Amino acid sequence: MFDIEKIRKDFSILERKIWDDKLLVYLDNAATTQKPKVVINALVEYYENYNANIHRGVHKLAEEATSAYENVRAKVKSFLSCDEASEVIFTRNTTESINLLAYSLGESLNDGDEVLLTEMEHHSNIIPWYLLRGRKKINIKFIPITDQYELDYEKLEKLIVKGTKIISITHKSNVLGTVNDIKKIAKLAKDNGSILIVDAAQSAPHMKINFTDLGCDFLSFSSHKMCGPTGVGVLVGKKELLEKMPPFLGGGEMIRKVTFEDFTLNDVPWKFEAGTPNIADVIAFGVAIEYIQKIGLENIHKHEIELTKYALDKLSKFTFLKIYGSSDASKRAGIITFSNPVVHPHDIATIIDQDGVAIRAGHHCAQPLMKRLGVSATARASFYFYNTEEEIDIFVSVLQKAFDYFEVGACKELKGESKERVSK
Amino acid sequence: MIQMKEKTQSQALPHLDELYKEIILEHYRKPCGREPLDKVDYHAEGMNPLCGDEVRLSLCMKDKKIDKVHIEGHGCSISVASGSILADMLRGKTIDEAKRVSRYLKDLMHDKSNKEKIDIGDLEALEGVKKFPVRIKCALLPWTTFEEALVGHEHVEIS
Ligand SMILES: Cc1ncc(COP(=O)(O)O)c(C=O)c1O
Repeated sequence: MFDIEKIRKDFSILERKIWDDKLLVYLDNAATTQKPKVVINALVEYYENYNANIHRGVHKLAEEATSAYENVRAKVKSFLSCDEASEVIFTRNTTESINLLAYSLGESLNDGDEVLLTEMEHHSNIIPWYLLRGRKKINIKFIPITDQYELDYEKLEKLIVKGTKIISITHKSNVLGTVNDIKKIAKLAKDNGSILIVDAAQSAPHMKINFTDLGCDFLSFSSHKMCGPTGVGVLVGKKELLEKMPPFLGGGEMIRKVTFEDFTLNDVPWKFEAGTPNIADVIAFGVAIEYIQKIGLENIHKHEIELTKYALDKLSKFTFLKIYGSSDASKRAGIITFSNPVVHPHDIATIIDQDGVAIRAGHHCAQPLMKRLGVSATARASFYFYNTEEEIDIFVSVLQKAFDYFEVGACKELKGESKERVSK
Repeated sequence: MIQMKEKTQSQALPHLDELYKEIILEHYRKPCGREPLDKVDYHAEGMNPLCGDEVRLSLCMKDKKIDKVHIEGHGCSISVASGSILADMLRGKTIDEAKRVSRYLKDLMHDKSNKEKIDIGDLEALEGVKKFPVRIKCALLPWTTFEEALVGHEHVEIS
């Protein structure tokens, strides 16, 4: 049962008043989500009852902490339907997962090899590859997007060539909400012998993912975008690839034996988890996964589509607003990015913050995509399962206030002038 | 914990009109310094990496004074207005005088005392920005870009 009133009671922060008397309307969920009490309590419980370092102690606390930590690996395995828990590696976040891959997989690339990205990537799936290009003479290419805000699949096929060793693609764009057809790309990648990496930071929290069925080789996401604590990321990968890959960081945990001369590596996944991991947050992340599964990813997805449809409909009265992404709510669930040439996204965000409404304004860590869209900044409202239609009503009415403030729509001349200014 | 909550909750709402003073909105709507220069003596490009706002600033000198300022880019009302005020105010000033104005604005934003006796003109209208801490960077972007334009050019000033 999807009982939103009951769900909202799990999040104390949703009762918070902003500026003394404004109820918080939190619409910045693509940046990070709020945490339910059970997740926060799990952190306290760990520190109060069984805080210990893992994998190293023989005492009771160490055993409890180790088993709680390793249990989360098993939870992630079933959350993603991958083959083995040992294919799950804990990192700090999606960014670290991708850096690990760029570093470790990058070792085996040769001069002239190609890495294929898309025009809709987050900086965290661009910069690690640029850094690799600083170490190796590789080429980086970008799959273009169409004017319908989808990947250009025709061009994509042509861009996959013999030298394409790695294809790294976002599952769902954090700006457009577009969900890419990973299965289709996985087939092409496989036929070409390319490794396929999927950035699932925006999809894993919102839709059911089946790693095996998707057919990619690696996939990563962040705990904090799905009700879990910050400081925990996941990287899943096919075991046979993980086993062949060199380690990323060196230190404790990732070794089996160390002598004055050399060392031998630990098994996967610990080979990639050097040093004391983020034990408390991983354990609380396990609670977040359970919490989300109890609500049900199908329910979450459905609710977000309904909210998006509702919001797109309400926003359509602002005819002067440019909305980026598909007009079909089911294709961009949960994310609405928009702009207007007269009132800058920053100004919109400041004005609606006065009424307790939190949205994001800026480039959303996707500057190349902003360039492709022909803007330097946009505003973005993003939803999660605890958001309501009433909150969207508040959002739309305070947006009206922002537009009134800047006389958007009232003064055509101004609009023209500003447009010119932007394009200069 | 409850104390913390009370602390975070009891903030007075700064009034929007303090941020968006009429002078600011006027500068935003009709910014100064948009005409291209014939000759460029100083140039810099500034960027606010948090939001992607961009400023390109050029100065043209005459008789050791700033003769003209050209400023363009994209940004919010605060950064555009601040750039427009800059273009307006720095005309006719020596580099040294201009730097003093820039320092004055920085001190104003960071609530530091500044005893300089300068005619601050429309800069005063930016004072309300400090009540909106996340927007201070927007107000300062054109001015930090101005200071960057001077870097490596100090000899012009010294001579
Ligand atoms: C699509 C996408 N990829 C990667 C990231 C990076 O996530 P994190 O900052 O948790 O590493 C984000 C989050 O902002 C994202 O939206």
